[in-house]
Amino acid sequence: MAFGKKIIESIRSSQLWKSVFRHAPPLDRRNRILAVVSNFVLHIHPVSVKKHVIRPGFTWYMGAITFYLFLLETVTGVLLMFYYRPTLQWAYNDMLALRDVVSLGVLRELHRWGAHAMVISVWLHMYRVFLTGSYKKPREFNWVVGVLLLVMTLLLSFTGYLLPWDQLSMWAITVGSNMARAVPFVGYEGPGQQILSVGGIDMITGGSDSRFALLGARVVGEETLNRFYILHCVAIPLVCAFFIGLHFWRIRKDGGMSGPK
Amino acid sequence: MHLDPQEFVADMAGFLGWYYVVVAACNAGAVWYCIARRRFFWMLVWAAVTVGFAVAAYQAFDGRAIALDEAVKTQIDAFIGPVSFTVGTFVFLVVMYLGRSFFVLPAVAWAGLNAALLFMGVSMTDPEFAAVVTKPDNVPIVAMVFLLGIFTWWGTAQAVENDRRLAQGRPPLEKDYDQKVLVWPDVVYLELIGMIIATVVLLVWSLAIQAPLEEPANPVVTPNPSKAPWYFLGLQEMLVYFDASIAGVILPVLMIVGLMAVPYLDFNEKGDGYYTIKQRRFAYIVFQFGFLQLWILLILIGTFMRGPNWCFFGLYEFRDPHKIVAASNIKLSELFWSVGLGQSVPQVAAGAGFIVRTATIIWREIAGLTFLGVYFVALPVLLSRTLLRSFYRQMGVTRYTIMIFMLLMMLMLPIKMVLRWTLNVSYIVSLPEYFANF
Ligand code: HEM
Repeated sequence: MAFGKKIIESIRSSQLWKSVFRHAPPLDRRNRILAVVSNFVLHIHPVSVKKHVIRPGFTWYMGAITFYLFLLETVTGVLLMFYYRPTLQWAYNDMLALRDVVSLGVLRELHRWGAHAMVISVWLHMYRVFLTGSYKKPREFNWVVGVLLLVMTLLLSFTGYLLPWDQLSMWAITVGSNMARAVPFVGYEGPGQQILSVGGIDMITGGSDSRFALLGARVVGEETLNRFYILHCVAIPLVCAFFIGLHFWRIRKDGGMSGPK
Repeated sequence: MHLDPQEFVADMAGFLGWYYVVVAACNAGAVWYCIARRRFFWMLVWAAVTVGFAVAAYQAFDGRAIALDEAVKTQIDAFIGPVSFTVGTFVFLVVMYLGRSFFVLPAVAWAGLNAALLFMGVSMTDPEFAAVVTKPDNVPIVAMVFLLGIFTWWGTAQAVENDRRLAQGRPPLEKDYDQKVLVWPDVVYLELIGMIIATVVLLVWSLAIQAPLEEPANPVVTPNPSKAPWYFLGLQEMLVYFDASIAGVILPVLMIVGLMAVPYLDFNEKGDGYYTIKQRRFAYIVFQFGFLQLWILLILIGTFMRGPNWCFFGLYEFRDPHKIVAASNIKLSELFWSVGLGQSVPQVAAGAGFIVRTATIIWREIAGLTFLGVYFVALPVLLSRTLLRSFYRQMGVTRYTIMIFMLLMMLMLPIKMVLRWTLNVSYIVSLPEYFANF
């Protein structure tokens, strides 16, 4: 015991450790405060919070769980990208390989079930924020940011659904993206699309409408796979990360978590 | 897949056995809880339930799991359809809301949870039910149903408690925890523990259930039914009642915009930062109706009850790909002119000019247009002078208009459902000339 303490002590007093953590062990009030404010990761937190905020009954921890799932999806997603090529030739085969060959064979499972869990947890988070009326002044805008995050969570899930390139994924995306051809004015089956015609020639056709823009083709095909891959792995995560940052920043700026006055 | 039920129950023995073991263990936890709190009556009750589930577990392992009689299943299936299911849920939610101070009592809620778990276990002996529920992508939806139930209970219980306190002039219970605590260690350790638990849950889930991988994508073989990802099945279900441009584009956009507008429309300053229902009844009811009835319920219908050709199937019904439901849909204009007035529906004459054409179309759709006019214009004005007068006064014209429009659009869904079920009306206004139907 004494020996272990000695080792810890020598690590803690080493130049290396002190260069990273510039405070004594968080055992007294001053150093506990320093542990939060002098740490890059932890400094999104305030130094102290009201006790009701950490009661499970108040937040159900659903926002935090959603954020954790986002991080987990990022990590498992990056690992999956090492094994996956978004082409007709490889996409499905890479799925088979991920199932049968790759070690740590639960990567795909973690990512998929994590995604489902994130959709559920973000709904529950919104549900709780509503039930505690936490969107009221001055948190209106953070609720708006939240709705954007909700939309992005769903879009992340939706774009990822296509990537395995099996019957389930391709047809689910076909059904979902069929909606895009019914967009008013710019979908070729949408109301009012005839208005956009020049000299009797329709401008909005199956090859130029909103669905085409989404799919990169008239039907869900390799172009779509590429588009969804980039949306799923790069574009939406980046935007989502930005808005999560904004969301957390706003919690602090709005005076911390809500509570009875 | 017509499996022999007896054989199927034997196949499910292991799963159901462990299922009942877990449920029994949860009830043993309840017994322990009651002992700790010296509630001896309830201790006895939950002890009896524990024994009951233990016996169920033993029977299940033995291949004799409790199952519903085929005749009962047929009756249940005959009873549930889109109408009874939707109306039934509505009545259920209303009863829950009105009787909330009773239903949130821990013993009552626990009994309800036990009943739901028993229903799941019993239903899992049915091959059709089990096939739908255990599809890997459907498992999270089952979990979501239970989570929603649990969290709704939790939130409502605190709201009921707070409403009682507020009525006595005391502050809400959140106020009891007003002291400040340092983030290190109280919050960071919670976060650490939470991450570990979340990771373990996901790992177990991932080890237990493999991610689905079907046949390679094949553009020429269309699965029947083709379903969107589960979180969009509410939208797909709305396609039964609306055209794609409404169900798939306009209503989703309105949902997003409407959600974003909530903080700017809800002018009630009370109920900020604590659970309460009484202080914000209107907002609460609107949100719960939209979320639970119009979003979650439609997802459940789309996931569990829609089968081949998007036909509605009972919980235990064989998913027969040849099932057809005679659709005798009729447009409101046809109903009005042919059935109501016994005349022929006005037709646009070939080669008619723009004005004549437009006038004929308007005349043809006069019933639906009148309805929409009354609904979207006259009704809001009327409400602003009567029922919602104080809203109108406090919100001003713009905000009132936006709120009432969002509300009325939301209510269009149940209205179109009822119109379809009762009169077979498909479209209130149908303008095929412009690809627009409503
Ligand atoms: C990727 C999605 C999201 C993440 C990672 C996230 C994360 C969080 C976290 C960690 C908190 C702290 C409190 C808590 O855990 O409840 C929070 C608070 C909050 N969230 Fe979110 N959130 C997300 C989506 C949403 C959505 C969809 C909404 C609403 C539509 C929303 C609205 C809010 C509001 C208003 C607060 C402040 C609550 C208060 O002060 O009581 N967020 N969020």
